[in-house]
Amino acid sequence: MKPRLKPDLSVDCAGIKSPNPFWLASAPPTNSGAQIMRAFEYGWGGAVWKTLGQDPPVVNVSSRYGSMDLGGQKLAGFNNIELITDRPLETNLKEIYEVKKRFGDRAVIASLMVPCEKQAWHEITKKVIDAGSDGIELNFGCPHGMSERGMGAAVGQVPEYVKMVTEFVKEVSSIPVLVKLTPNVADVRFAARAAKQGGADGVSLINTINSIMGIDVETMIPKFSVEGKISHGGYCGPAVKPIALNMVSQIATDPETAGLPISGIGGISIWSDAVEFMLLGSSSVQLCTAVMHHGYRIIEDLNAGLEGWMRRQKFAKTTDFIGKTAPRIVDWKKLNLHYKSVASIDPAKCISCDVCYVSCNDTTHQCIDIDRRKGNRKPHVLQDDCVGCNLCSLVCPVDGCITMKPVDTGLKPLTWEEYTKNGMKGYGEVYRRH
Amino acid sequence: MAPSKKTPVDAFAELKGPMTREEARIESSRCLYCYDAPCVTACPTHIDVPRFIRQIAAADPLGSAETILEANALGHSCARVCPVEVLCEGACVYHDWQEKPIQIARLQRHATDAAYAEGEPPFEAGPDNGKRVAIVGAGPSGASCAVYLRRLGFQVTLFEKRKLPGGLNTYGVAEYKMDQPTAVAEMKFLFKIGCSVVTGKEVGKDVPVADLRSDFDAVFVGIGLSDTRSLGIPGEDLPGVVDALSFIERVKAKGGKGVPKSACTVVIGGGNTAIDGATQSVRTGTAKVVMAYRRGPEDLSAYDFELEHARKDGVQIVTNAVPVRILGKKKVEGVEFKDKTRIACDRVIKAIGQTKHFSLAKAFGLAQHEDGRLKVNAATLATSKHTVFAGGDAINGGKEVVNAAADGKRAAWGIFRELFPNKPAPAGNEYWISTIDGRKVAPITPRSHS
Repeated sequence: MKPRLKPDLSVDCAGIKSPNPFWLASAPPTNSGAQIMRAFEYGWGGAVWKTLGQDPPVVNVSSRYGSMDLGGQKLAGFNNIELITDRPLETNLKEIYEVKKRFGDRAVIASLMVPCEKQAWHEITKKVIDAGSDGIELNFGCPHGMSERGMGAAVGQVPEYVKMVTEFVKEVSSIPVLVKLTPNVADVRFAARAAKQGGADGVSLINTINSIMGIDVETMIPKFSVEGKISHGGYCGPAVKPIALNMVSQIATDPETAGLPISGIGGISIWSDAVEFMLLGSSSVQLCTAVMHHGYRIIEDLNAGLEGWMRRQKFAKTTDFIGKTAPRIVDWKKLNLHYKSVASIDPAKCISCDVCYVSCNDTTHQCIDIDRRKGNRKPHVLQDDCVGCNLCSLVCPVDGCITMKPVDTGLKPLTWEEYTKNGMKGYGEVYRRH
Repeated sequence: MAPSKKTPVDAFAELKGPMTREEARIESSRCLYCYDAPCVTACPTHIDVPRFIRQIAAADPLGSAETILEANALGHSCARVCPVEVLCEGACVYHDWQEKPIQIARLQRHATDAAYAEGEPPFEAGPDNGKRVAIVGAGPSGASCAVYLRRLGFQVTLFEKRKLPGGLNTYGVAEYKMDQPTAVAEMKFLFKIGCSVVTGKEVGKDVPVADLRSDFDAVFVGIGLSDTRSLGIPGEDLPGVVDALSFIERVKAKGGKGVPKSACTVVIGGGNTAIDGATQSVRTGTAKVVMAYRRGPEDLSAYDFELEHARKDGVQIVTNAVPVRILGKKKVEGVEFKDKTRIACDRVIKAIGQTKHFSLAKAFGLAQHEDGRLKVNAATLATSKHTVFAGGDAINGGKEVVNAAADGKRAAWGIFRELFPNKPAPAGNEYWISTIDGRKVAPITPRSHS
């Protein structure tokens, strides 16, 4: 028997090292030293401390969280209006020191947020370095409450401020500095470029998205409220993952920021979510909602899942796959117009729910039919008409029943970019037009 | 299998209880929302099952109940008594997937329970059309017919010979499926649409048929079946020999307490009523219950899930057992079969089908099939007599509540068309009328066909 491959899960994100890529995001799970030590006992690789600010500490409200459930899934989307740490700075610093003393191999990152004054940033940066932090994360992303006071997302939305404050911190920091970006912008690349210009060692994203979680239609007041009123909160959880993946890929593929270390955040619940962020270029990942839901214990299956996958893929170390998929994220104009795929329904697997039939015919391309003779209810694809849109395979409840099969058109690849460069010549008809 | 050790009190608890809101939400989310769904086709009343389930998933149980009660006014009892294993749930596409079907009946109950808790039916009477209809028998078909007739603007009077309306729902359904108060409450709820209900009066006896014909513009006959057939063997008149429906009625009347104790009961018959007789007997504390059927196991007419239920209750099922004599001097002591075997017992329950109401059919002058069923036009349920319609067990020989409900709906529309030829139904009736024969699926033309 060959010895079992023992993959190395450790990562180095912008110079911050941890035994696995899983960090707790700056949020309620990292409120205190006692909590973080418990998380580290379970095996978490790192923790970004609940954001530190100036004393006196903030005052919070009740309630603070809201959830969107989908079908049977609780917390499919999650939101909060909690502010930064509500504990004195000295208490937090003392606990950072204690955590690092006990768990030297884990990454402890201090998340910071103070007003946009050089002096303030210098002071707090020096304090968290003295406490023993491995890195700093600048909270330019928090979209609620603090942004009304000129901090958090209010900074992250202005690239000039991002650059300026990053420079303040880098002037005195001897440890790596990550800039946490807000998704509440038209194009996240501008803030990422500004962070890089300011000297950031890396970026972390996404922070939460502006959101109202819903209205109780019977009482007509917000579903989650502070005495019947609510302000917008920060949206996160599984529902935001595709948005986060896109933003991570944008930074990983932007020529100006390519290679800038990324700590990926946004809706990560299971190990494969983390792998997706890493394949797009994240060298560490941060989790919060899944931990808020199930506790620190999920690190056990996160680590086991990642390790098993690396073993199956024969990856000895995380750098073997970080960023591997990023080159496949391209502009639309670089996609092959001559590629054709059509849907194929496996009649042996089909259960005749006919959901593909109604969705294709009512909404997309009217290319699924049913031969109703002899009471048959099983649909079939009119392959000449099928444009390969994917919808039928997405709505089908049965795994592997509808597959998209490539069709050889005999045509050479042609992108929109090439097609328009050629004066719109050379396109061979791939799909029937009506 | 050992006889059930359940005490009578526990034994009469519902087999399938209500769903919690969470259960209903999770179960409703499983529904695939099939297009042209087979469950809708399988339901005799063609309830739009995927739609009502989607409404539950969307936290709109009252809207869901409206979808149900439009197509089936008796949706509340059908959710409890329907043999869904051979109807909607039996047709669920999940079977093709080797998965459990959607619990349609319990979801339906979840929705109608909400409407009944609300107290007001989600429908109202149509504008008075000036015509009066008499309904003979306030059972499932009559009650259903009454509701839809009212919606079409008729004035309706129901004549019921029993003390309570509801027919077999009230008197003949095994208690663990539906209790009597639930059946009676359903009638009360439905009659809020504005029906006159005359109970304790039998048409043909207390109310002359001629009066009905002269006082009303049309009559709906929903009289069900008559007495349990007799065995025609010696000893049938001995004390301790009862018919299944009377037995079940007695069980229901006092929650099982008014029934004499029995050490061993033999139920004669192989249908669903025999099962109800047997399981109810177990639940009243009978130590040994034997179901004796005259033909082979393949001929048992009871549904498989009902037979399974009886076996779980500890009922012994004996086939090819032809009774030739009830033994006993002053009361039942046993049953003797053709092969000379004997089973000692102190009670015999007869469940070998019911006879038809020949006398009332004759009084109305209605044509009958050879077996006694009333002859009707399948599309309108008109009988051989002008303006007399019929439905339920009287025309089908004994089927389910849901068949009776479907008949009542069909007959209401038939009566309207006979009394108002060429006139459209008043507004607000389009939907339920479209469910009589099942709603037609809009034809879709794929691109290449256009």
